[in-house]
Amino acid sequence: MRIPILKLHEYLLITIQVELDDQTALQFQEDLLNKIHDTGAKGVVIDLTSVDMIDSFIAKVLGDVVRMSKLMGAQVVLTGIQPAVAITLIDLGISMREVPTALDLEQGLDKLRLELEG
Amino acid sequence: MNIQSCVEVCNEWDIVSARQLGRNMAKELGFGNVDQARITTAISELARNIYLYAGNGKICIEAAEKMGKRGLKIIATDNGPGIKDIRKVMEDGYTTSGGLGAGLPGVKRLMDEFMIDSVVGSGTEIIATKWLR
Repeated sequence: MRIPILKLHEYLLITIQVELDDQTALQFQEDLLNKIHDTGAKGVVIDLTSVDMIDSFIAKVLGDVVRMSKLMGAQVVLTGIQPAVAITLIDLGISMREVPTALDLEQGLDKLRLELEG
Repeated sequence: MNIQSCVEVCNEWDIVSARQLGRNMAKELGFGNVDQARITTAISELARNIYLYAGNGKICIEAAEKMGKRGLKIIATDNGPGIKDIRKVMEDGYTTSGGLGAGLPGVKRLMDEFMIDSVVGSGTEIIATKWLR
């Protein structure tokens, strides 16, 4: 299964709407880095509004892809983390402290715009 | 009467099946969506431990009852190498896999009751229960 990555001006938009298995998550990591490389995108929003569970593996894959993208020169923001997911992640002991987040897609794009232009 | 549903865990896709089974049962038993997420995540972590450390095993889920309380019980069993030092794996931050899996302390925090029984050379059984509030 592949997660679609949309290009919007200099941004890439991804909304994860499938139950993430390990392979899909790792494939997405690779696809996103290739897409950043091909498009020269400066900012990426990964929207997690429809994701109802993030375990330690998915958290690691997401945290890693944020750092990998940064290495390439693109800024990633995770948006739309559900209350139940936030509670569960903290219970698990995963803070994702260094990962930029925003409430929703709109605020995520605002955050990117501020960082890239400001 | 207690109906138990089980998923054999021997590959990555079985982890997804196990957590889907857990979410469905949690929903049926009347858990709210935060506890559904906790239960599903706990199952995912336990299934991943089986896959990573034992190669294969089983996740069983059943309705639990104790002193008028109702809940959901997860039973994770494998015939893997077992855990030498249980106290150590229950410490936060302990890992032998280089950071995959939040480990058992995380699962314990997600659930209300947590029991672990492991025999080196013959396997591990973990029973974790969440009670309806």
